[in-house]
Amino acid sequence: MLQINNLIAQIEDQTIINGLSLTINPGEVHAIMGPNGSGKSTLSKVLTGHPHYTVNGGSIQYDGQDLLEMDPEERAIAGIFLAFQYPVEIPGVNNESFIRMAYNAKRKARGESEVDAFDFAQLISEKLKLVEMDEEFLSRSVNQGFSGGEKKRNEILQMAVLEPKLAILDEIDSGLDIDALRIVAEAVNKLRTPDRSFAVITHYQRLLTYIVPDVVHIMVEGRIVRSGGRELALEVEERGYDWLTVAASAE
Amino acid sequence: MSQKLIEDITGREYQYGFTSDIESEAFPRGLSEDIVRMISAKKNEPEFMLEFRLKAYRHWLTLTQPVWPNVTYPDINFQNIQYYSAPKQVKKLNSLDEVDPELLRTFEKLGIPLSEQKKLANVAVDAIFDSVSVATTFKKKLFAAGVIFCPISEAVHEFPELVKKYLGSVVPHTDNYYAALNAAVFSDGSFVFVPKDTICPMELSTYFRINTEGSGQFERTLIVCEDNAHVSYLEGCTAPQFDTNQLHAAVVELVAHENAVIKYSTVQNWYAGDPKTGKGGIYNFVTKRGKCVGRKAKISWTQIETGSAITWKYPSCILIGDDSVGEFYSVALTNHRQQADTGTKMVHIGKGTRSTIISKGISAGKSNNTYRGLVQMNKSAHGAHNFTQCDSMLIGDRCSATTLPYIDVRNGTASVGHEASTLKVTEEQLFFFQQRGIRTEDAMATIINGFCQDVFKELPTEFAVEATQLLGLKLENSVG
Repeated sequence: MLQINNLIAQIEDQTIINGLSLTINPGEVHAIMGPNGSGKSTLSKVLTGHPHYTVNGGSIQYDGQDLLEMDPEERAIAGIFLAFQYPVEIPGVNNESFIRMAYNAKRKARGESEVDAFDFAQLISEKLKLVEMDEEFLSRSVNQGFSGGEKKRNEILQMAVLEPKLAILDEIDSGLDIDALRIVAEAVNKLRTPDRSFAVITHYQRLLTYIVPDVVHIMVEGRIVRSGGRELALEVEERGYDWLTVAASAE
Repeated sequence: MSQKLIEDITGREYQYGFTSDIESEAFPRGLSEDIVRMISAKKNEPEFMLEFRLKAYRHWLTLTQPVWPNVTYPDINFQNIQYYSAPKQVKKLNSLDEVDPELLRTFEKLGIPLSEQKKLANVAVDAIFDSVSVATTFKKKLFAAGVIFCPISEAVHEFPELVKKYLGSVVPHTDNYYAALNAAVFSDGSFVFVPKDTICPMELSTYFRINTEGSGQFERTLIVCEDNAHVSYLEGCTAPQFDTNQLHAAVVELVAHENAVIKYSTVQNWYAGDPKTGKGGIYNFVTKRGKCVGRKAKISWTQIETGSAITWKYPSCILIGDDSVGEFYSVALTNHRQQADTGTKMVHIGKGTRSTIISKGISAGKSNNTYRGLVQMNKSAHGAHNFTQCDSMLIGDRCSATTLPYIDVRNGTASVGHEASTLKVTEEQLFFFQQRGIRTEDAMATIINGFCQDVFKELPTEFAVEATQLLGLKLENSVG
């Protein structure tokens, strides 16, 4: 599904990703952990083609295609979804219309007919239950006036509608209270399928007690310094990142 | 914000920049009393019109060009402008079939079908090419309903009493520099008269086109609604692409009697000048004003301003009748090197008068967009109320937006509300759309549409779609 090979990427003049390799197979859940500034969020931006980041080396294969050759919207249509750490507000753009636009962009690219507002309303009201959101959220402007938790739930709602092949969740747990965390995590678990892969970026292993990963990676200074099972996250919680940071710089 | 992305989005060029190869009849450049007399003679005008013009011309000579607007341009040489230019027509036309086919093709190209078979659903059109009205559709049908809709040059002959009574009654020639100039040299425009208790059965519309290089367009529009009469009117404007600036100094006067409703909408897309150098383009210096003379009269201005090198206009309402209502809904978009200083004046005189101002300014490129508005509550305006909302949107970081609200309250029972906001379209927003599979062009159109909703919903339905597309085109990149 996704093969990242020796990736090097920078923003402005600063190299953030420095020789990162990672393979995610269909249906797998990978957790990516690491201290602040280790390049976790940058990885999510590079995967989705954010224009501020430049790739200087390495390759990314996605579903047999050269991902780096694709525009951001092509990547999205090909099934890559990013749940943003800080979802932006878009004043004046109705949330439901926005999600329908995204849904129809995908259908159009597949040569399917667009879904009208009426049919879409039925489709989305099903998905709303998944994130325990009120219908009222649909009629508001995208993320405007939403609390931190509501923004995150809105991201998951979009994911549920767009049914991606690879979902990248960038600190989906940050700023959530325990109830909101449970709702978000349960929604994600319900969206797990044998084909759908997840890259879950987080600081805290707490999220991983809800969303149980197949593999845990620790990222330090732009690359993965250690990979392991669920227990690696627990070890990090107990010991912090320092021992890994030291190990990384010793290499 | 990445300059490239913004430039791609905002870099689209003007579509209506072609010139039509039509023989025109024009006066020599320059302005003098003789030219004013020649214009009047050319139109076979009655004596009172010549007097009207001469008085204005003599007054104009005493005035100097205003310098207070927040725009910059080189001095205009008024002796280098052609004050009359008309498509050459050999004889009086009886039907559209006799109109120069090249002229008809021009209007087709602009998307304005004049032939009645291809007419817009239920919209009567008056087409003004350079200085004269070339075709007015549905005239007979409207006349049967009691509505007069004709070129003002025709009204001068056929309805001289009405013209005498109302022309200059809202915007006198002493009002300002360009209003005086217009009164002296205007050659045509539209005249609408809706008699008592009549609801105009269709949308009325005028399309303006300046074709000849170096000519000015000075049209004059006069709309009068008697008691309980209603009319909705739309004007559209385009011009070819020239390196020299063209002056458009129009005057629009609206008069609403008791309980009458006049809705005046503008979709302005004059040539804005070269996107890179700023050379050429229309100077759009227009005086538009409506007078609610009767009780409960209502005048509503809606404008979508997207073109012109410089836009400088303040469609205003003088609210004299008690409980009369004035509204101003505006979207002004500036891109590249365009400058706009636009807004409104709401002058409350009658008791219980109400006004609403919704202004949306969008600046992109290196443009400069100013909202300037006056809300004046006179001593007599007991219980009057105004609500103003001015929103600015910035696209990129080389443009600017300025809001200059003037509020003058002389009555303690009057109330005034003002809200303002500034919004920046960020690359993060556009990326958010892209990450959801939506192209940047569609994203931009959606954001702008959302921003302008409050104004678009005031446009006649047929034109709301057109306006949305126009704004989209103005900001879109032509290559996907």
